[in-house]
Amino acid sequence: MKYAFFPGCVSRGGCPELYPATKLICEKLEIELQEMPAASCTGAGVLQEKNELLGDTLNARTFAMAEALDLPILTICSTCQGVMSQANHRMKNPEYLAKINGFLAEEGLEYKGNARPKHLLWVLVEDIGLDKLLSLITRPLAGMRMAPFYGCYIVRPTDALEFEDHPERQSALEQIIETIGATVVDFAGKTRCCGFPILTINERNSMAMVGKHTSEAKDLGADAMITPCPLCHLNLDSFQPKAAAQAGRPIELPILHMPQAIGLAMGLSPQDMGLKRHIVNTKPLLTKIGAGV
Amino acid sequence: MDVTLKVQRFDPEAADPKPYWENFQVSIEDNGTVLDALIKVREDNDGSFSLRCSCRSSICGSCAVRINGHAGLACKTQAQKVIKDGVITVEPAGNMPVVKDLVVNFDGFWDKVMEVEPYLKPEGPEPEAEYIASNDAMLHLSGVTACIMCGACYSDCTVLEVDPTFLGPAALAKAYRFTADPRDGDENGVSRDRLEQLNKPTGMWDCTRCMECVTACPKGVAPMDRIMALRDQALEAGFHNTNGARHTEAFSDSVEHSGWLDELRLVPKSLGMTNVSALVGYAPIAIQAITHGKMPPIIHKKLPDSKNVRKLFDKVQGPKQR
Repeated sequence: MKYAFFPGCVSRGGCPELYPATKLICEKLEIELQEMPAASCTGAGVLQEKNELLGDTLNARTFAMAEALDLPILTICSTCQGVMSQANHRMKNPEYLAKINGFLAEEGLEYKGNARPKHLLWVLVEDIGLDKLLSLITRPLAGMRMAPFYGCYIVRPTDALEFEDHPERQSALEQIIETIGATVVDFAGKTRCCGFPILTINERNSMAMVGKHTSEAKDLGADAMITPCPLCHLNLDSFQPKAAAQAGRPIELPILHMPQAIGLAMGLSPQDMGLKRHIVNTKPLLTKIGAGV
Repeated sequence: MDVTLKVQRFDPEAADPKPYWENFQVSIEDNGTVLDALIKVREDNDGSFSLRCSCRSSICGSCAVRINGHAGLACKTQAQKVIKDGVITVEPAGNMPVVKDLVVNFDGFWDKVMEVEPYLKPEGPEPEAEYIASNDAMLHLSGVTACIMCGACYSDCTVLEVDPTFLGPAALAKAYRFTADPRDGDENGVSRDRLEQLNKPTGMWDCTRCMECVTACPKGVAPMDRIMALRDQALEAGFHNTNGARHTEAFSDSVEHSGWLDELRLVPKSLGMTNVSALVGYAPIAIQAITHGKMPPIIHKKLPDSKNVRKLFDKVQGPKQR
């Protein structure tokens, strides 16, 4: 299947391991990714604080580009997914859409309202199918206990994310964990906030959130946490040592991007999955699944 | 329908008061609510089971509890929509101390609502007759005035979970109800004093934008959206000297000028380029990023056609605001 690829800013910035890991697993899954090099940032909800109409207009521009390619959009960021879904939801109002198209006209773009942006997580469960994924698993992560961590924007608000039409989205990450052979560690924090949006605003609270979620999963016996959101990854991995110091306890819970966990289960090497870039040591985890480096 | 209610209980007068789980089997009408099931427990199983409820019509806001881990009104939640394998889990609302069973102490909630001074504070000379506000100026407030103070948003707020000093979604939405009222504040309806207070730590910038409150609210108040509107009002009123305001402006500038986010420069710009102690505090993180190959590109390249993004900023915002 072919998609218009929207990698988001962070997979090419603070989490550079995510982009190549995604490309490699998509190759194996026969997912063809067509880049949209001129597509802008979604605004990540931050630009929307200042001007929602502006944020929606930027997203409409991206949607129009995908429509011109006649391709559905694939993203690898929970935040991008949520912001695009919310923008799309508001643009169901024809008057609002017409207003936005007025802004886009000069660039020769028009958004007709047909874009359906989908995170790779949803693409796997809904379009590719878990059977296909299972058929590509050569190194099942048997015995590995994985805690899912969704990221707020891929679980709320449910109307914009069309959960009523797609109830499977509520447990998509758990389904992936089971398909790659690992055991789900269910915990209350899985749909809570990682604290990243307030990292530079209230670091103490942000670190408290990181510490709370990672230590909760760790105490429930998780070997790793898996997330479809690179922003969550930045906070939960890069800032975990700081959060542990604030919490006054060791945590040491490796955080995997969803494509990395899938890639490892497909037999791809830890190097190709970029695990050396992680801050929390992933070696014990790799030893456990027989992919030791 | 038959329901197993898994209820978290707490008796402060027990010898060793600790929360514990208890299961009850009840039978309710097929279209019955979670509240119907809870009342059945009290009437048929255990008269000492404590819960708050009154109107049963999602008007009074008494029966907010956590149902399957998420806050909502028990009277507005149909049992058949939340039952999983025959079981519905009910806990007291979060972020408030439990008094007994499902009854929680709202003192902290009310203190914060009072802290935002939830009444009109007009400035300047009084008009000769009543204050007049047009329909158009008031209609957009109907959503936020629908708040019934049930505490569902407060229960599920992710910030309050780690920081009880945060004002929280209900109080901030209430504050917006006044900052957005044309009768409040100066002759232009700008509530500078309020915005100045709300701009401080524990106020509008401490929200993580997690949308738990939007999901929990049974009345469509969407408290987080009101908090975002407060931020916009604060920026418009010239309150730029917070990390939150700097973060928003730096983020916006980056997208405007290059089409995407310049992560490397976002952090120092948010902290304040002259805030030496905070910048030094980030040095270990920067070194860690460099040694692990996670440093965002030093040269932040513009996207192809980024001039078109910039034009959209001009068109939507108007060049004057840039």
